[in-house]
Order: sequence, then C-alpha cells, then structure tokens
Amino acid sequence: MTKYFTEEHDSFRQSFRSFLEKEVKPNIDQWEKDGQLPRDIYKKFGEMGYFGLNRPEEYGGLDLDLWYGVIFDEEIARMNSGGFGASIGAHPMLALTHITHEGTEEQKQNYLVPGILGTKVGCLAITEPSAGSDVQSVRTTAIRDGDEYVINGSKTFITNGVLSDFLVVVCKTDPDQKAKGISLFIIDRDTPGVSATFLDKLGWRASDTGEIAFDNVRIPASNMLGAEGQGFIYIMQHFVSERLAMAVGGYAASEYAIEVTLKYMNEREAFGRKINRFQVLRHRIAQLSAEIEMVKQFCYSLYARYAKGEYLVKEASMAKLLGTQLADKTMTQCLQMFGGYGYMEEYPLARMFRDTRLGQIGGGTSEILCEIIAKAMIDGRSYK
Amino acid sequence: MLKNYQLPRTVYGTEEHAMFKKTVEEYFKNHVTPHRERWEEQGYCDKETWLKAGELGLLGITCDPKYGGMGLDFSFAAMLIEEQARFGAAAPGISMHSDIVIPYLEKHGSDFIKEKYLPGCCSGELIGSLGMTEPSTGSDVQAIKTFAEDKGDHWIVNGSKTFITIGYTADFCIVACKTDKNAGARGISLIILDAGMPGFTKGKPFKKLGLKTSDTCELFFEDVKVPKENLVGEIGMGFIHMMTELPRERLTIALSAIGSVRGALEHTIEYTQERKAFKQPICAFQNTQFEIAEVATQLEYHCAFVDRCTALLAEEKLTPELASMAKYHSSDMQCKMIDACLQLFGGYGFIWEYPIARYYGDARVQRIYGGTNEIMKLMISRSIYADFFQEMKAAKKHAQKQMAAAAN
Repeated sequence: MTKYFTEEHDSFRQSFRSFLEKEVKPNIDQWEKDGQLPRDIYKKFGEMGYFGLNRPEEYGGLDLDLWYGVIFDEEIARMNSGGFGASIGAHPMLALTHITHEGTEEQKQNYLVPGILGTKVGCLAITEPSAGSDVQSVRTTAIRDGDEYVINGSKTFITNGVLSDFLVVVCKTDPDQKAKGISLFIIDRDTPGVSATFLDKLGWRASDTGEIAFDNVRIPASNMLGAEGQGFIYIMQHFVSERLAMAVGGYAASEYAIEVTLKYMNEREAFGRKINRFQVLRHRIAQLSAEIEMVKQFCYSLYARYAKGEYLVKEASMAKLLGTQLADKTMTQCLQMFGGYGYMEEYPLARMFRDTRLGQIGGGTSEILCEIIAKAMIDGRSYK
Repeated sequence: MLKNYQLPRTVYGTEEHAMFKKTVEEYFKNHVTPHRERWEEQGYCDKETWLKAGELGLLGITCDPKYGGMGLDFSFAAMLIEEQARFGAAAPGISMHSDIVIPYLEKHGSDFIKEKYLPGCCSGELIGSLGMTEPSTGSDVQAIKTFAEDKGDHWIVNGSKTFITIGYTADFCIVACKTDKNAGARGISLIILDAGMPGFTKGKPFKKLGLKTSDTCELFFEDVKVPKENLVGEIGMGFIHMMTELPRERLTIALSAIGSVRGALEHTIEYTQERKAFKQPICAFQNTQFEIAEVATQLEYHCAFVDRCTALLAEEKLTPELASMAKYHSSDMQCKMIDACLQLFGGYGFIWEYPIARYYGDARVQRIYGGTNEIMKLMISRSIYADFFQEMKAAKKHAQKQMAAAAN
C-alpha cells in the first residue's frame, strides 16, 4: 500500500491538533453565536505559519508539500463548525491562492505577505444574485477609465464577505463577451462604494457570509489580478483544489461524526442493552465506514496525482460529488442514532447536520459537477 | 382548481371542508406568519395566537361541543395539521394540544377533569402538554423513572421529563408516572400536573435544529403534591391508554409530513420558474423536471395512503401498525423530498430568509419524535411475526416442561 504521510506529516498533525484543541475548540460555541470569527484567531494561525503551508518561503510561507494541506482540512473538520472551517479556509485557500498564482510582486507584498501572517484577511467573490454555477453570466462590470477601473455590481454568498480586508472579485471587463470578458481584481475593503451585509443561514453560523454591493468603486488599474480576460481560466484552474478540499471536508467530517456517534452508542441504553448491540445500527455504522474509507482513499490517490502536476477536473468533481453526498448521508444517519438528543443544540449532531448541507451547494453544486463529469464522459471534453 | 397531477382528496370533500380550509389559511396568514421572526428569537409563540385559534374554532375540533369543542370528525383536524405544515408554521403546537392532549382528557378523564380542563383547552386559555420521554428513556416508555407515591388523598411526584413539546408555554402537563415500581408496564399511570404547583419547574426552551418557533423543554418534579382527582384514566392503565392513542398521534406526524412537502413543492415550483441559469429558467433543465416529477409523485402516493388512514381513524379502525407505516414512510419521504427541493434553490436554499431552509430544519425531527422510525419498524415487524414468535415461545416452554418431567 502506498504510504502518503511521513513521520513529519504525523507530527505536524499532532501539533496542529493540539493547537486547535487549545485555541479553537473551546471558543466554537461562542463564535457560532457571534456569527463571525474574531481577528485574533487569524493572527494565531498566521503566527504558527498555518496560512503559509503551501506558500513560497520568500513571502513568509513554509513551502511544504500538499499533504500538509490535506492534514489541515482533515483536522479542521474535527472542530465541528462548518462556519469556522469555511472562514479560516476561504482566506488561504481561495483568496491567497489567486494572489500567489496570479499576483504581481507588488500585490504579493501587499496582500500575500500580510495574508500569510494573518494580519490581512481576504475573500473570493464570484457568485452573484443571478449567477451562481453559471459563472460566465456574472454582471459586475469593471470599466476602464484612464488609470482606474470603475466597478459596479453585486456579489452574494461570499464567505468572509463582510469582515475581510480585501476582496478578490470576478468582474466583466468586456460585458459583451462571455468567459473571455472576465477579469479578476483586488479591492480593498475601505475603498469608497464598497458595502456589505450579513446573511442569516441554515448552517455555517460561525462564518460571516456576505452580500456585497459595488457602487462606482474606483480602483487603480494596477489592482487587476493576472491578465485581462483570463479570469475565467484562473477560476477554473483553482476550482480543482477547492473541490478536492471540499471532498476532504466531506469524508473528514463524516469520520468525526462516526467517532462521536460510536461513543454515544456505547453509553446509551435502550431496552436493557447498549444501543451498539442492535444489529440494524451496527450495520449502518459498517456501511458508512466502508463508504467513508472508499472516498478517503480515492481522495488520497487524487492528491498523489495532483502532486505530480496532473490536471484533474473530472476526478476532483467526482470526489466532491461523492464526498459531500456521503457527508449528508452520514450526518443524517448519525443524528438518528442520537434520537431526540440528535435534534438538540447541546449535542454535536444538530450542527453537523445543518453545516454539512452546504457541501452539495457551495464550490459547484452537485448538479454542476454532474454536468462536468457528463461532458467528460459523454462529449469527450478534456478540460486541459 | 385541482390540477391533473393532484389526487382528489375525497376525505376533505365536503363544502364544510372547503370553508374550514379558508378559515385555517387566513388564520396562518394573518396571525402566525407575520410573527414568525420574533417567535424564532424568543423560542415560543404568543398566548394571543392560541386565543385567536380558540376563537376561530381551531382548538378541540373533534371535542364534544358541550365542552366548547367543534364536534367535528377527525378529517377536519387532519386538514388543519396538513395546512399548518404547508405554511411551514411550527407554532402554535395545535396538533399536540388539540389532537393529543384534548383526546386524552376527553376519552379517559373523569367528569371532574373534563369540566375543569376542556373548556379552557378549547378556548385557548389552557394549553396542555404530554410528558412521556425522560432523559434516559425515549422509545422505551416502560423504563420511565418518574414516580408518583401514593399518600392517601394525594400523590407526591418526583422525577423529570424531557423533549416536552410546548412544555414551556403549557399550563398543565399530563405526566406518565410510575405508580407501582414493580409492575412494569402495568405500573404506569397518567397524572395531570398544573404549572405553578410547588416543586414543578421548567427548563428554558431548548435550542433546536429546527421548529424554532415552537418550545420544547425539560420538566422537573420535586416533591410535587398532586390531588388524587388529577389521575387521568385508571390507575396502572397509563401505558395501555397511551397505546390506544398511538394511531392518532402517529397519523398526525404523517399528515404534517405531506403538508410540508406540499408547501415545499409549491415554493420550489415557483422558484424554478423564476430563477435563470445559463439563460434559461432552471425548470427548463431535465434534471429539475425529473426532481419535481419525483417530489410530486411521492407526495400524491403518500396522500393516498394517509387519506385512507384518516378515513379509518375517523371510524376508529386505524391500527397502530398502519399508523406506524404512515408515520415512518411519510416522514422519510418528507426529508428526502425537501432535501431535493432545497438543492434546486442552490445557494439561496442555505439562506434562512428562504422558506425552504426552514422546511428542511423542521423536517428532521419528524423521523425522531412520536417514536423513532426505527421503533415504527419494530412495531410493524413485531406484528408480522407475532404468531410465529408466540408459537416458538410455547414450543420452548413445552420442551422445557418435558425435560423437567423426564428429569424427575
């Protein structure tokens, strides 16, 4: 069997886990109530270097292999707060990814360096009220005016959309074109004309999800991220890593749910015996565990290929599709094991259940993933 | 009015049903929906809403008019439950109060109890809850620990109950107590405890995954002195009384399931016609069409079964097994179908402002309360194999007897 994790990886996992147990776990309930994360936790992550795991050393990163990122995602899932995971993950994985790959030297100094330190927090704004999966139809415009661009439009469902310091925003620089008219920009939060409001959600309560409006926002032309008209391609490229990360989130949260459920099943009694003695319940655990292991090993195999530079659009879509579906199924069934307690906020499954539901929606809905896979399988699309 | 894809609901077929439906719709539109957000914050609904329901004749629908009820058959109560669920309104907990608590009092209560409680229950001045579940016993009702000690002319009740629907706002609770610790199921009795009796305290409403406008809480009894006349039904017969009420309780959950799927479907049909993606309304996509076809089909199928159960219950012929089937299958269907509907809303489905998120959160408990769906399957299978297991037991006994005889 291929061994993916070395001793160094394992010891990183141990230290990251104890960091989370100490700095995060005791505060989760409060953050869920607040509907946002305090700035302080970003700084702590920054101090420990956790935002720079896969980033170049010259910008303060640790330049480690991508398995550290996998461990990061797996351990975050054990905190049982989809909202925490979303906010703490969207900053390095969405915003900083684009700056790292498409940013100019100046942009990297201004955003990547403080981003890795956790002193500046970012978000990635793609979705709009009338364009979710259909990215090409975004309507936010960036029109050149001398040395500036003027941005108008709105974005929604943006993780860290209210409280981040800077926004990586998808705009149409040529509204007459579809994908080819899309470019990326970095917009500072305090630029006049930027406003945002919080959205109340079914789950992911600890993260601020924002609706953002841009009203004649003027930014220097040097804030364009990457080349003009290339925005759609950049987004598609980085979707692979986001989807793989969401697949990891799916199986890792499922594993954690099984862990807490097994503990409960060993304590709870009904009809004079522990409920882990009932055949139907034992078989449910068996079935879920088998499926979780399959998805996990599939993801590991993809990361091994991804590390070698393979471009895995179809496979990453498959992983996210099955990983997030499996998480929904696992949470539904594990909650049932807790009976009435499963529905109560005091017990862990209620939050797991509502948080997991976003998995099949964010980062490309299951339907869009099926579209991508179908195009690859049926129409011979290669996605190179 | 009725679309080709909808089953005629003959069980709701009369003029009176049509009029009643209007009253119900107006009640929820005018007296419930406008308060939703505030009730979600406070975790329970206002008393005035109960009084309004009483005024409109929505409480005690099947109860005898001499106690202030409407004296209608169960199909009207069924219609109300369905419509409430269609509106996605978790509160007020009319079904618990009106279709569970009131029938307990009316069918098993003494004249004293009926006269004391029923008129207030029908007007909305008195709200009742039912206390069965305890922290360590849910489905396993026989194992309850709350104990009512016989002190001659009164009882002293000690113990606690949990997950009590409308327990926080209720003025009284019918509490399942052990009156004889050694008699198993035969040692359970039902006793009314009034809120305000010394020693009877309530926990704060639980924070829950869903049903946020409806209060659920813990009840604590510490040396509560309860007069003897508060016994509902016969001493030691509490378990049997509860069993006889099960078919109706389970059917109410099935009714609520089909009602909420209807509501979710209506919202989803509307949304899929408005929302555009890739330059088309999303209902133009085959996946959307098939999903909606599935939801509509599942809904009508379950309506057919549930309507049959409603008719049987009105004739008092609904068996616990059939009611268990209705409860378990409808609530499973509800969760699956609402999940499919939510998915069609994309990102908006996760936003609390959109009703579909609420339908989703509210649905999940339907597979848990009123006996988990696992318990439903246990009941059904037990009945299927009852004869066989009895014969097996008899044969075993017989064999043991023969062995004993041979040994002698």
